[in-house]
Amino acid sequence: MAISKLFIANRGEIAVRIIRAAHELGIRTVQAVSAADRCMLAARMAGEFVEIGKAHASKSYLNKEAVVAAAVASGADAVHPGYGFLSENADFAEMVERAGMVFVGPKPETIRAMGDKATARVMAMRAGVPTVPGSEGRVETAVAALNAANDIGYPVMIKAAAGGGGRGIRVANTAEELEMLIPQAGAEALAAFGDGGLYLERFVGRARHVEVQILGDGTRAVHLFERECSLQRRRQKVWEEAPAACLTPDVRDALCASAVRLAESVNYRGAGTLEYLYDGTLGKFFFIEMNTRIQVEHPVTEMTTGVDLVRSMLRIAGGAPLALHQSEIRQRGHAIEVRINAEDPARNFAPAPGTVASLTVPGGMGVRFDTMLYTGYTVPPFYDSLLGKLIVWDDDRPSAVRRLLGALSELSIDGLTTTQTLHQALALDDEVNAGAFHTRWLEDWLDANPAIASAA
Amino acid sequence: MPLKTVQAPLPGVFYRNPAPDQPAYKVVGDLVVVGDTIGLIEVMKTFTAVVAEEAGKIVAFHLENDDAVMAGEPLYDIETR
Repeated sequence: MAISKLFIANRGEIAVRIIRAAHELGIRTVQAVSAADRCMLAARMAGEFVEIGKAHASKSYLNKEAVVAAAVASGADAVHPGYGFLSENADFAEMVERAGMVFVGPKPETIRAMGDKATARVMAMRAGVPTVPGSEGRVETAVAALNAANDIGYPVMIKAAAGGGGRGIRVANTAEELEMLIPQAGAEALAAFGDGGLYLERFVGRARHVEVQILGDGTRAVHLFERECSLQRRRQKVWEEAPAACLTPDVRDALCASAVRLAESVNYRGAGTLEYLYDGTLGKFFFIEMNTRIQVEHPVTEMTTGVDLVRSMLRIAGGAPLALHQSEIRQRGHAIEVRINAEDPARNFAPAPGTVASLTVPGGMGVRFDTMLYTGYTVPPFYDSLLGKLIVWDDDRPSAVRRLLGALSELSIDGLTTTQTLHQALALDDEVNAGAFHTRWLEDWLDANPAIASAA
Repeated sequence: MPLKTVQAPLPGVFYRNPAPDQPAYKVVGDLVVVGDTIGLIEVMKTFTAVVAEEAGKIVAFHLENDDAVMAGEPLYDIETR
């Protein structure tokens, strides 16, 4: 049954994005807000908003009971979790369903299987998808870890089975380091994710990060091609593109087909992303993990395929079968997204909350700015630093970079210190223009150019 | 013995414990020296230590663990020597 009233259990720019899509489909909206978010843009746009708890996320956006109770009381028949917060929490998805509402995402058991990174590796292997050489599932003891690492070869990455978003990852170069890091990593994983389970993967130093967007209806799945997100700082993506210019057509086809195979093997429902490392020298890709939700960088896929991913999610959640066949989905031109964060590039990206004194938004053909900002808005210090995403599209990559530079020069956010200057410097860099980067490139570049990020 | 109220240097969430399962850095009655960690403030997922700038005895906390705090809001009272 199609959704008639949607509860948005998130905040910031993604809440705005979801409300837009819902209203376009004639769905009424209820926005959840914390005590610190009563003035946020999504609360202004939604049909109604309801306060679910105190400022700190653990008492509001991460409080499962409070979110479900507020959604039920509002009369909503569906809950969209956005990204982060409770979006990949299988218990929450189950609570939403038990309360008689639709969870806009996959089934709880899919989230559970794919959310456990060690299980997801096994599922990928079963579907014939290449994975980074690593441990067979979890390593339960230090001895098991040492044995597995001997087979894999050093350096190895120690990863939290329940982790994600780049958190809970350590690198061990030797057996001694591994032995020392295992208890530490286990304790940290337990504290951060409530699950101390660990697994190992070979450390791939010069890889590129590519990922495939998929949509499934529980039976059939399609891919919407790939994105490249190699420009990262502290494992957080800062600049994303579609397509991945580093792939040959053959590799792209094989990569995307592997994602559909894995998605269909778990009867995937909704929007999801399969993340891979791509080794350009070998021309090989390796599955690393799946995100069972909409992703921050989804707009670059929307710009290159013309498919509205959030609207598709809402239609599928309402019970509609996939409207698209693979042959109808085409990748056209090139899109780039840069993340505008409330961080000071000159002060080692220290968080910089504050108040927007005035805002000038870029425009023109192929330019899109997905943001939570408005003039007079005070960015609260309690949540992550993403303020908005500047997305450009053009016929090809060089034109898209030029359009990005123009859009960045038009964008003006007075009153806040942001990563806008970093992106201006990146868009002017020769290696970025040549597409010659890997996942460690940005950190090396920042070390080599300490002043450039803030001086553009 | 002069009493001083120390204010939050940053807005965010104030933590008195290094981790949920660990005891508080400092409790009322504790003697502190310059450089002691009193708590943490989390701003946009980044943690900054609140460090004692004067020695003395802590006589009161104005916030509990996990409380939201604005810059300039009182954090704790210290009796300096």
